[in-house]
Amino acid sequence: MIKRIIALALLIGVGLIFTTLMVTYEPDANLNLTARYYAEHTASDVGSANIVTAIVVTYRGLDTLGEVTVLFLASSIIGLVLSLGKKQNKTLRNLVPVGELLTTGNLYLAPIIMLLGVYVFVNGHLTPGGGFQGGAIIASSMLLLLLADPLKQFSHTLISLVESLSGFVYVALGVLGIVLAGSFLDNRILPLGHFGDLISAGAIPLIYSLIGLKVGAEFSSMLANLSEMEDL
Amino acid sequence: MAYIAMATGFLLILIGFYGALTNRNLLRMIVAFTIADSGINIVIIAIGYMHGRTAPILDAVVPAAEALNRIIDPVPQALVLTAIVIGVGVTALMLAFAYKLYERKGTLDIAKFTELKW
Amino acid sequence: MSVLMLAMAVVLCIAILVAAIVSIQVKGDKSMPIAILAAGLVSLLASVLFLILASPDVAMTEAAIGGGLSTFLFFFVLARMRSGEQTEREHSGVNHD
Repeated sequence: MIKRIIALALLIGVGLIFTTLMVTYEPDANLNLTARYYAEHTASDVGSANIVTAIVVTYRGLDTLGEVTVLFLASSIIGLVLSLGKKQNKTLRNLVPVGELLTTGNLYLAPIIMLLGVYVFVNGHLTPGGGFQGGAIIASSMLLLLLADPLKQFSHTLISLVESLSGFVYVALGVLGIVLAGSFLDNRILPLGHFGDLISAGAIPLIYSLIGLKVGAEFSSMLANLSEMEDL
Repeated sequence: MAYIAMATGFLLILIGFYGALTNRNLLRMIVAFTIADSGINIVIIAIGYMHGRTAPILDAVVPAAEALNRIIDPVPQALVLTAIVIGVGVTALMLAFAYKLYERKGTLDIAKFTELKW
Repeated sequence: MSVLMLAMAVVLCIAILVAAIVSIQVKGDKSMPIAILAAGLVSLLASVLFLILASPDVAMTEAAIGGGLSTFLFFFVLARMRSGEQTEREHSGVNHD
């Protein structure tokens, strides 16, 4: 009982701080300086129609590299932690048989969902979307395959090959940016093209496709590791 | 409208922390952390919203020449994009550790893990 | 038009808070799946709120990753630990705090 009162008192204190922050907040009338620079110079410097994509991939591309590293760390640690102390002989789980709707629907739906994921990350510079969303959609299609056939084993070597190759080519493109265009992860190594086309904005479609593949492979390997755990 | 969303976000953070502080089951604590994550993201996006303006995408409706007066701040959206992805990575890691702890001890009650107490 | 958006935002915010309170406070048997689904509902409603706040990129990301993958991860792990819930309840009795 005393613990609950202390927790409530702590939360009321934090709530007072939040209320002070909210009362003294005034929304801006015009864009601040950083946003003004991004709004004016994106179309001419970077050539992409989606300003958030331009920020994530080129203006603040190093943060994206850090985020991809954190995801890689998380998926490796999950693979490591879940395989320690695994018993060698797996007892066969008695599974409820999967329904007909799922096994047949899975044949039609899984390729379409994968195609949607590829569409989302290839068009990241023109419409809302990008590598992370497309990668999550591809991982959802892998999840559908896992649900339809619970005894399915994914080939871990293929997933780790796709992931490592995408990460390596992504960093290599960044270094190529220093050599050819003047700064790390610059997108002007390829020509900027006509504003609004599919093949435009330099290296942004290439970089986002690599990020999409890498994120999709990481989430799929997380799901594959979690589905191969044993019942306790 | 920014005030309404900001208040919702702050309340979600408080609810999530209350759940993490008073539940004893490990899985319920992880669910509470997920709710607090969503609250933080709502607060950051609510800061970038400006009244009467639209999304930061240049197309036929918002041509590049008048983007300065028609779009909202794009920087908080880039930050929240990163935060959501890392949040789900941390949640997956917490779940893997909870599974391993359950395998070792046979229970999910946090009061029973006393190896690190003085 | 703006009054409609404001009304939608208020309804969404109330629904988000109700779902969060349900997720934290539900007790009893079969309460774990209800808590996880309520957290998934919070993510889904938050993604619609992001769309009203003029951020389509963030809305897509939250719907795909926060709503879909996070809920699936919870259910995968919960299914492996299912037999443990009953054992824990038998051993710990009615020791709620």
